[in-house]
Amino acid sequence: MEMLRVATAGSVDDGKSTLIGRLLYDTKSIFTDQLEAVERTSAARGDEYTNLALLTDGLRAEREQGITIDVAYRYFATPKRKFIIADTPGHIQYTRNMVTGASTANAALILVDARKGILEQSRRHAFLASLLRVPHLVLCVNKMDLVDYDQGVFDAIAEEFRHFAAKLEIGDLTVIPVSALAGDNVVTRSANMPWYEGTSLLHHLEELHIASDRNLIDARFPVQYVVRPFSGAHLDYRGYAGQVAGGVFKPGDDVVVLPSGLPSTIAAIETMDGPVDEAFAPMSVTIRLTDEIDISRGDMICRPNNQPAVSQDVDAMVCWMGDEPMRPGGKYAIKHTTRSARTMVKGLRYRLDVNTLHRDEQAPTLTLNEIGRLNLRVTAPLFTDPYRTNRTTGSFILVDEGTNATVAAGMVL
Amino acid sequence: MTTPIYELSHLDALEAESVHVFREVAAEFEKPVLLFSGGKDSIVMLHLAQKAFWPARIPFPVMHVDTGHNFPEVIEYRDRRVAEAGVQLIVASVQEAIDNGKVTEQTGPRASRNPLQTVALLEGIEKHQFDAAFGGARRDEEKARAKERVYSFRDEFGQWDPKNQRPELWSLYNGRHHRGEHIRVFPLSNWTELDIWQYIGREGIDLPSIYFAHQRELFLRDGMLLWPNEHLQPMDGEEVFEQTVRYRTVGDVTCTGAVESTASTVEEIVEEVAATHVTERGATRADDRASEAAMEDRKREGYF
Repeated sequence: MEMLRVATAGSVDDGKSTLIGRLLYDTKSIFTDQLEAVERTSAARGDEYTNLALLTDGLRAEREQGITIDVAYRYFATPKRKFIIADTPGHIQYTRNMVTGASTANAALILVDARKGILEQSRRHAFLASLLRVPHLVLCVNKMDLVDYDQGVFDAIAEEFRHFAAKLEIGDLTVIPVSALAGDNVVTRSANMPWYEGTSLLHHLEELHIASDRNLIDARFPVQYVVRPFSGAHLDYRGYAGQVAGGVFKPGDDVVVLPSGLPSTIAAIETMDGPVDEAFAPMSVTIRLTDEIDISRGDMICRPNNQPAVSQDVDAMVCWMGDEPMRPGGKYAIKHTTRSARTMVKGLRYRLDVNTLHRDEQAPTLTLNEIGRLNLRVTAPLFTDPYRTNRTTGSFILVDEGTNATVAAGMVL
Repeated sequence: MTTPIYELSHLDALEAESVHVFREVAAEFEKPVLLFSGGKDSIVMLHLAQKAFWPARIPFPVMHVDTGHNFPEVIEYRDRRVAEAGVQLIVASVQEAIDNGKVTEQTGPRASRNPLQTVALLEGIEKHQFDAAFGGARRDEEKARAKERVYSFRDEFGQWDPKNQRPELWSLYNGRHHRGEHIRVFPLSNWTELDIWQYIGREGIDLPSIYFAHQRELFLRDGMLLWPNEHLQPMDGEEVFEQTVRYRTVGDVTCTGAVESTASTVEEIVEEVAATHVTERGATRADDRASEAAMEDRKREGYF
């Protein structure tokens, strides 16, 4: 059984929590004690129907204010797949949370209200999904029951969205008419919309072809931890532990270690369960080399004829997440794969308006939830690939050295 | 020759993610500790930690926050397992905290040492100056936990602030903290109860016997099947009877309930878990029933 990570975006009014509640409920992933608790709370608040949104809004403040504060993770499984849903709020700190949820997602689910059509925030969510390179995008046109399941309404919204999406880099887009409240096209196909020829949302997510989304070409192994047992049976053992970030590694492969550039050969790829014939992303393994060379955490093992960029200068799109604005010329801690260093903001090329995609080259800084293109100078070389070809070796975070807060998410261009 | 498909099963993907987290913490922190209760989640954590550093030993100690109200089978298991793994065991004792007058024990038939665990846990962390503590909590367990990060920042009072969490992107974890603060690390965040049992089955992981169906003396209180023992006695009108049960979670004997079950193998438990309709905490933990936000409130104070 494969795992699929889905990020959802939308505001309270779009019925996003209801849709997730419906997916959980109809796949029998909700437990009776959870449902009873929701029913009690709903009744006490005077809700007209059982408010499935309460299933996902777990914090005291969320229930009191009827809002979603933070990314919540939900889990359900069908016989075909295990699903992890990163449920991100649509309003408060929308960008920060959506970027967080989308960073690991295979698919993004965007909701619109059929009565309202595409809103500014729908375009923003689509843009963020494309910026974070979520390979599959699903637009759910919700509340179809409130527009009498009218095909015309659906077609107009789908066309408008496709027109906008054409300007973005979105690999795969599917539009589905649903009613989360009534359950139309969520888990089973609805008899109310015979004109719709596609599958239900759940079926679509079960069948999404994700195998081709991974990078199996460019072999990248950031060294995470050096294993040295110093014990009897393994006195001279030296293994390089890490998680494969791209490509396929096999025993016997010629490799080169960055930054030293020293060549070697893979002697074995090991796990506690025994040696493996090949390792690919996202496997966590330990690599042994035939030569004793000095390798430490933050180094990268790759192939001699296929190496990442090695540079102290990084050109990247960043999403600013700090409560304090970016300090032009300021210094921050940077974490990229297993490498930690310090960096200075050399320049802000432009700030991007996420609604209009307009580039403002006069912008002085970036504030919370803003996106822009930065030039960074790093104290040590980073081994990067463009984010578009590798989401692991192309991503980094910036951390404020005083408060230790994570203040930016970066994607290498 | 067939073309390899390069796909990982969900258990392999979860394992790889958890192993990554263990190595990341071992590499970046000075003094991590693994919180080990002898419950199935901490047992899976210990197994994953062994995988992460093999063939070396786990490079940090384990700590048991001991309420003094234990199932004897679990303590026996704990000592055996820790010896096998060759790791150091630290016991943070609630009894000791009571004896030293640091905390006052609740009284009455529904008294629980659960809230006192937080004190013993935070004292243990402070005393040994641990800067990272691995916990076996999963996000599917409880709705407050569904919002928690893999790296959960705690201030100098051990407090969790759910409204002010660090964004967690890709697999780039930010473990930076000032002296006196620490990070709780949850390598099993994305595992569900079913994943845990499937993995236990696949890996052939040994568990304390109380997880499997057995005959036990019990009495019913507040809808929970409790075991009468030196720390917990039935009140007037609470009849003691024998039944075939197993435990779905392992905690303090005074507040952990058994469930009716005849599942005596991991395979039978997997089937049972797949068909169950009540969350494990709802079914077996009196402490989580205290209020709608019981877990959130305890977590804010520094609970697991």
